Amino acid sequence: MNSKRKKELVGEDNRPNDNRISSLPDEVLECVLIFLKSHKDRNAVSLVCKDWYHAERWSRTHVFIGNCYSISPEMVVRRFPNIRSLTLKGKPRFYDFNLVPPNWGADIHSWLVVFASAYPSLEELRLKRMTVTDDSLEFLARAFHGFKSLSLVSCDGFSTNGLASIAAYCRNLTELDIQESGVDDLGGSWLSCFPDSFTSLESLNFANLHSEVNFDALERLVARCKSLEVLKVNKHVTLEQLRRLLIKAPQLTELGTGSFSQDLKLRSYTELESAFSNCKDLHTVSGLWVVSSMYLPAIYPACSNLTFLNLSYVALLSTDLAKLLLNCPLLRRLWILDTVEDKGLEAVASSCPMLEELRVFPADPFDQEAVLEGGGGGGVTESGFVSLSEGCRNLHYVLFFCRQMTNEAVATVVRNCPNFTHFRLCIMNMAQPDYLTNEPMDEAFGAVVKTCKRLRRLAVSGLLTDRAFEYIGAYAKNLETLSVAFAGSSDRGMQYVLHGCPKLRKLEIRDSPFGNEALLSGIERYESMRSLWMSACNVTMSGCRVLAREMPRLNVEVIKEDGNDDVAAEKVYVYRSVAGPRSDAPHFVLTL
Amino acid sequence: MASHGNNDIENLKATELTLRPPGSDMPEKPTTMATKCNKRPIPDSDDESCRSRMDETEEMERKILAPPPKAQVVGWPPVRAYRMNSFRGRKSDDAEENAAKYVKVSMDGAPYLRKLDLKVYKGYEELRGALQAMFKCFSSVGMEGSDEYEYAITYEDKDGDWMLVGDVPWEMFISSCKRMRIMKGTEARGLSSCA
Repeated sequence: MNSKRKKELVGEDNRPNDNRISSLPDEVLECVLIFLKSHKDRNAVSLVCKDWYHAERWSRTHVFIGNCYSISPEMVVRRFPNIRSLTLKGKPRFYDFNLVPPNWGADIHSWLVVFASAYPSLEELRLKRMTVTDDSLEFLARAFHGFKSLSLVSCDGFSTNGLASIAAYCRNLTELDIQESGVDDLGGSWLSCFPDSFTSLESLNFANLHSEVNFDALERLVARCKSLEVLKVNKHVTLEQLRRLLIKAPQLTELGTGSFSQDLKLRSYTELESAFSNCKDLHTVSGLWVVSSMYLPAIYPACSNLTFLNLSYVALLSTDLAKLLLNCPLLRRLWILDTVEDKGLEAVASSCPMLEELRVFPADPFDQEAVLEGGGGGGVTESGFVSLSEGCRNLHYVLFFCRQMTNEAVATVVRNCPNFTHFRLCIMNMAQPDYLTNEPMDEAFGAVVKTCKRLRRLAVSGLLTDRAFEYIGAYAKNLETLSVAFAGSSDRGMQYVLHGCPKLRKLEIRDSPFGNEALLSGIERYESMRSLWMSACNVTMSGCRVLAREMPRLNVEVIKEDGNDDVAAEKVYVYRSVAGPRSDAPHFVLTL
Repeated sequence: MASHGNNDIENLKATELTLRPPGSDMPEKPTTMATKCNKRPIPDSDDESCRSRMDETEEMERKILAPPPKAQVVGWPPVRAYRMNSFRGRKSDDAEENAAKYVKVSMDGAPYLRKLDLKVYKGYEELRGALQAMFKCFSSVGMEGSDEYEYAITYEDKDGDWMLVGDVPWEMFISSCKRMRIMKGTEARGLSSCA
């Protein structure tokens, strides 16, 4: 039920019609604005004039908040009366790599409490890196009667008991997705909590759970939810069980399989293949986990329309990958492990000319013996990277973990693929130079920013001097996100970036020699950015205090862990906020 | 470069070899099991106890159990914890390790043969169980509970000789077995009584 808008008279002059920006009555304006979905467009609309601001806020149904501490739930509620859907992001991204202590914050509960009274018809909640407890999940399930869609990406704090609450009480649930979340897995009985009368499910993703769910309950659930399009099961589901699920849900568009290893209970290989061939609408496949080469071909009949293949959980060899890719002519996105090696990348190059995104993850990131001279340690190298770029000219997104790289190879890659918008290169050995010339990797990233004019996201690695940052500041005019680790030689490096990249929104830096001067050189920038993270740099408490004093609308937070002295600011997180300092900060977070 | 004073101490402690399982009575930073060995993937049933402990320590730092040549740095390389949980790495020169090992299995009197991936089993017990399940329909006398010399499981090794299954260590058996045959009756008794 929408709150009805009363004509806003408070604080507004009654202007004659020909002074208004548009002569449309407000109600008509609102009807037009309903078609605007993008929050960036809506934010722009709200800045035009007061009338448009009000028309926009009354018609907005989805709000996106990139940093949960930049605003308070009360403020959101005051501005937007009719919200149905909320997207919230919490912890800084480096939380993923254990640089942020647990119990840092970003708890959803206070938001839910406020929203329960203001938006009882809330339908959708999409969270990333938030803390969500079982109590919160139960609260959510009971407070919002029409609740439909729950997506928890990289969240933590809850157990499978919380999922049971959702299953039991959300009668209209269409989506339950807990991908990449750290769940306290107490068992698989939560799935059996969906009532027999429940049929609305469209999307279910529990691939990250470790314990086995009751297969009968799962099969019945899949059978009665005729609108199910996304199903991602965990590795406990066997091939025979998968076959049975596919028979019940041939309409699936996204499938996460169970383990693809030999299953003696499998009725027959041909029946498995036949089950896959019934799934004509599949565009996304993931899972696989442990793959038996002899069974992998069963999936081929379902691959003709595949656009996204996520093989990042399965140690595939290049031969199997090559054969599989021959069946995926329309592939646009591919995630793989570096077990496929350079030969695998060559297969990608020859079979996937339409590829737009490639992510290569390391199978063994801590394998010290793979530190090598000139190759032979396994994984992918610069040579595979170049081969890839020769075949896949449409690449615009790459995430590439490797142990060796050269400036020349990177320059060749971007020459072949000048359309990169996201370039994330991780040379796994810290601060490693070009392994052939022994020079810093400055020229590599120089080539990237000079050639890829549309670059929005960049992650650098390898041995880098200030020159790399000089290039970034000079050329990366569309850059929005920059990740830096073990790089740079002096404050100048960071200054180049802060002064040169006008669209920068997120800057995260670790273990680099940037100090107070660098921090303060960005004093004018931070209010136009979402956040800055600096850890293990040369920033001190006094530098942070200066920043905090000069910029009252920024929250300057220092994470103080035991054993740190009082001078160095080991971990600094700076972000703009209209909500003031956090009221829920734990003892180790100091707001200056 | 900024100092890692704290990290060094933590790294040293974490790389201590201990006999206790990871995650038990660790006050703050437990070691991880995820990448401690380069073995092939273990079948699922083994993983559960590891998993629940892993989930508990999901938010805490992870370090390798075996001492590495360089100290590990927290959060580097930037690979998410859940990715390390799901997969056990292995060296590429052990490429064979993860390839399946399929062998044909015949049973005297059965009209057709079956194929088995030996890598899936952890040992002889499991193999016997799997064979029983596979060939149950063909034996008029059930293999469980019957005279253990009624059937013998044999295999042909690399030299072409027919050997009784169970004599050599499991790993050696897997690498030398080319195919298997389940013998019954007097032929079997003849073989076993020679042992």
